[in-house]
Amino acid sequence: MWTSPEALYAIAGMALVSFAVKAAGLLLANRLPRHGFAAAWLSHIPGAVLAALVAPALVTGSLAEIIAAAATALVYLASRNLFAAMACGVFCVYLARLALGA
Amino acid sequence: MSRIAPPAPRFADQFYAGARACLPVVISVAAYGLVWGVLARGAGLSLLEVMLMSGLVFAGAAQFVALDLWTITPATLPIGPLIIAALIINLRYLLLTATLRPLFKPDSGVKDALKMALVTDENWAMTVLEMKRGRGSVGFLMGGGALAYVCWMATTMTGHILGSVIDDPARYGLDFAFTATFLVLLLGMWKSRADLLPWAVAALSAIIASRLVDGSWHILIGGLVGSLAGALADKVRHVD
Repeated sequence: MWTSPEALYAIAGMALVSFAVKAAGLLLANRLPRHGFAAAWLSHIPGAVLAALVAPALVTGSLAEIIAAAATALVYLASRNLFAAMACGVFCVYLARLALGA
Repeated sequence: MSRIAPPAPRFADQFYAGARACLPVVISVAAYGLVWGVLARGAGLSLLEVMLMSGLVFAGAAQFVALDLWTITPATLPIGPLIIAALIINLRYLLLTATLRPLFKPDSGVKDALKMALVTDENWAMTVLEMKRGRGSVGFLMGGGALAYVCWMATTMTGHILGSVIDDPARYGLDFAFTATFLVLLLGMWKSRADLLPWAVAALSAIIASRLVDGSWHILIGGLVGSLAGALADKVRHVD
């Protein structure tokens, strides 16, 4: 079976709302002020969103994830190399899970 | 032929630079794409449905949640909840694409809004990082987005095809690629001690929210509360 009308409606609807949100962000931003509180708020959004993405994953993670996260951060701060830090993180979590039997 | 100097291919240069800059972060896209493809097969999506969803929806978190709601029997497919879930999970893109406004001309309209379809967490973060260094452009954003798109399509399809072979992606640590990537991107955004308060508030409220509400609400809540805390702190500092 390839697909069904129901699946097509669902996928089309999901695609439409996902694009609408992304487009609305850019279009609404044109009506926001460039200075003052709103501008300061916008400038803090990227870091805050990333912190909100990372923090719960680290808190709910096992010891293996915490060790790997520390290793990732150390490698990045030492080398400033995104790929090296990422690869080290994935390798560390693999090793730590083997070692800890998690 | 050689007398006529070709115009500087600025967009193409920026496009290539964006794709190159996103190459390391796209590895987490690939890891997640493989995982999603494997899980999508298990949830009962056909290869065609995987291609349609990855190609049209193109949003990792929303697609993962959709797998929870998906049913193998078309008659019982919860179309409304699937669409509402995608809307809620992607609401944070409102915040993300708003920060890209300085890249566009003040009178930018529908044509530029269409380009937002290629915005992902990854190329957005790399572009914002570039903007903080006084660079960044629409071409840079699109280059990273195009790479992420091709990679997402290829790996979700591969995951679906290999579904029966890779039974447990967590065994290879691939599930950690997401956390590692965003952690590194966050560290790269550090500018001054003024960042500490909004980040800490965002992290704390996201942790609390993730325990209280299901789905990806904690990302939106943490991002909103943390950035508002940062803006308030800035205001207090300027009053002094």
